[in-house]
Amino acid sequence: MRKVKFTQTNFHEKLSTIIEEFPRLDDIHPFYGDLLHVLYNKDHYKLALGQINTARNLIGKIAKDYVKLLKYGDSLYRCKALKVAALGRMCTVTKRIGPSLAYLDQIRQHMARLPSIDPNTRTILICGYPNVGKSSFINKITRADVDVQPYAFTTKSLFVGHTDYKYLRYQVIDTPGILDRPFEDRNIIEMCSITALAHLRAAVLFFLDISGSCGYTIAQQSALFHSIKSLFMNKPLIIVCNKTDLQSLEGISEDDKKLVEEMKSEAMKTLIGQGGEAKDGAEVLLTMSTLTEEGVIAVKNAACERLLDQRVEVKMKSKKINDCLNRFHVALPKPRDQKERPPCIPQAILEAKAKEAATIEKRKLEKDLEEENGGAGVYSASLKKHYLLANDEWKEDNMPEILDGHNVYDFVDPDILQRLEELEKEEGLLQEQEDDEEDMDVEDLTPEQQKELAEIRKKKSILIREHRIKKSTAESRPIVPRKFDKDKMFTSERMGRQLSSLGLDPSKAIERVRSKSRGRKRERSADHDMDVDNDGSNKKLRARSLSRSMSRSRSRPPTHELVPGEGFKDSAQKIKAFKLGKKSVEKRNKDARKGEGDRVIPNLKPKHLYSGKRSNGKTTRR
Amino acid sequence: MRLEKCWFCSSTVYPGHGIQFVRNDAKIFRFCRSKCHKNFKMKRNPRKVKWTKAYRRLHGKDMTQDATFEFERKRNRPERYDRNLTENTLKAIKTIDKVRFRREETHHKKRMSGKLAKETKEARKELDQQINLIKAPGAMVKDTSSAKVTVKVQHESDENRMEE
Repeated sequence: MRKVKFTQTNFHEKLSTIIEEFPRLDDIHPFYGDLLHVLYNKDHYKLALGQINTARNLIGKIAKDYVKLLKYGDSLYRCKALKVAALGRMCTVTKRIGPSLAYLDQIRQHMARLPSIDPNTRTILICGYPNVGKSSFINKITRADVDVQPYAFTTKSLFVGHTDYKYLRYQVIDTPGILDRPFEDRNIIEMCSITALAHLRAAVLFFLDISGSCGYTIAQQSALFHSIKSLFMNKPLIIVCNKTDLQSLEGISEDDKKLVEEMKSEAMKTLIGQGGEAKDGAEVLLTMSTLTEEGVIAVKNAACERLLDQRVEVKMKSKKINDCLNRFHVALPKPRDQKERPPCIPQAILEAKAKEAATIEKRKLEKDLEEENGGAGVYSASLKKHYLLANDEWKEDNMPEILDGHNVYDFVDPDILQRLEELEKEEGLLQEQEDDEEDMDVEDLTPEQQKELAEIRKKKSILIREHRIKKSTAESRPIVPRKFDKDKMFTSERMGRQLSSLGLDPSKAIERVRSKSRGRKRERSADHDMDVDNDGSNKKLRARSLSRSMSRSRSRPPTHELVPGEGFKDSAQKIKAFKLGKKSVEKRNKDARKGEGDRVIPNLKPKHLYSGKRSNGKTTRR
Repeated sequence: MRLEKCWFCSSTVYPGHGIQFVRNDAKIFRFCRSKCHKNFKMKRNPRKVKWTKAYRRLHGKDMTQDATFEFERKRNRPERYDRNLTENTLKAIKTIDKVRFRREETHHKKRMSGKLAKETKEARKELDQQINLIKAPGAMVKDTSSAKVTVKVQHESDENRMEE
């Protein structure tokens, strides 16, 4: 039950807002009423609103009936069915008014864009044939930005601009062009302007195209004028002849002149009807050209003046003015004697004014300079022209801002020379001091000592390297029993060599070791090496040891010495065999391959070679 | 156009390089490259990061106070242009640079001045203590007692080998 009621109230609310929001055509100003009628048919509008109203009532009735029924519903199912039925009926009602809602929505959007015209304030209306220059005129005197194009009916609706005159705001309304047709045949656009003319109390500027470049002759235009002159009742009328740059008023033909005179007399009638004096018609007929801008201001001033006069008159005639009239009082000082006292202006100022008037025409503006030299995109003004410098030759100087990684502005200082001198003096002093202080009293090591030091360091590094290798392979290294000691790491000669390199006599040690050994086949090469002559052996060994390569410890036998178990005929063959072996390996090593089987490059573009930033500097090569 | 200093490493930031970060309290941090920017975001203190100028100045590796630094000051009031003054300034910049460079060199030399003495001292010490690696202590001794001596030496040398 609540649901039904809730839905009904919702609908009611929404529809009520719609109905209230839309203006009732009878309540608003007749100008707007007529405008709306012209734009969106009055009957359609009323019908649509009426439909919505009936829909609202229907929904209310449905809700009432169903709520009553629901009170007497016996089962849950019945209640539910009733609720569904109620909501369904409300929906169908709403669906039926769908099209009118769409129509009203369109109207709403269009109405929002209508120009805001206040029918009661000072208004100037511009009318005439299409293409005579109405929109150009309004563009010139106000900030409105109306489309101006060569084809007719560029302006399709009313446009409003605002302009000032004597500290008062005037509305200027631009209308679409009107063609000379019987009233019934006019289309919506023309009707807009007719409505405006009919309802707004405004000064009317009727535009006439003297040159005929709008496509219509003066005859046609005057025909139009006469057909709508009924609308100009009680409105100050000014006839404006536009496009005098193409054709002046004096140059037109006799017939045209006559027609223009007729229009002028009509206009004068309105002037006289207002109660103004009969002037010579200069106020009523004006010429101007929107292209060259001559006479535009004059027209605007004339129109504003006329309108103001008329409104003031009307106000004076009305009753309301009497209430405030007694409050107006212009106070003038009473003249105490007949002496004339004109305002006193010092002579200098008068002269200055006269001079200024003369120079104002002569002065060349920057803008003119720019135009001369090719316009805005081509010429760039020299901003340095008006610099006040000690020497005018310096005006066009380009001062460098950066030098050698320093900002020049940071160094600029009027005293800089002086300070620089001081600095140089200081520097001179410092340098002298330095020269005095140079003394080195540290003794260097002798060359012998240096050699020994180098040996120590070399040995240390070898030991460290060996240790590292051993450490890393400790677990996987086999412990080789003596009989497979091909490298001859554990021979007594080796021991002897090592001892002699340390500076000791190895002979005794070797004897001792020999005596304790199990007795193996005496190798002739061993005998050959075993020299009792210590000095000699030492010398030989030492000589050999000194010529070792860095990669082996001194305690290894020379590689190319013949060892019987290896199967070489002589030492030359052994050397050749080694050479061949090395040659086969050399190429692979150069390619950094592990061995014969290393044929695959698993990663053609390893990331560590192709990526990464330098800590400083550029990465232009990898 | 101005050359700025990187807030982190104090190198010059040329136009078109680096990033500027403006904090909510309107303090501007300029960085010369993303390395400095990232270090800043990690909240590292440049005074503790070895390769920055701030560290080097703080730890006395680079010159801190000098008359040549006084010449370069950010001036907020512009001077009226004077051609002679500008010429002098440009020449002055070059000489100031030379002077500064010389002074920095002397500073560096002074800093490194004790190095040779120290190195020779260390070398002598090494020679004294580790001559064992090349020469045996009881070298050239040929007595009957040398058998034991040699065995001992052998052990020692073996031990040395193993330990080293």
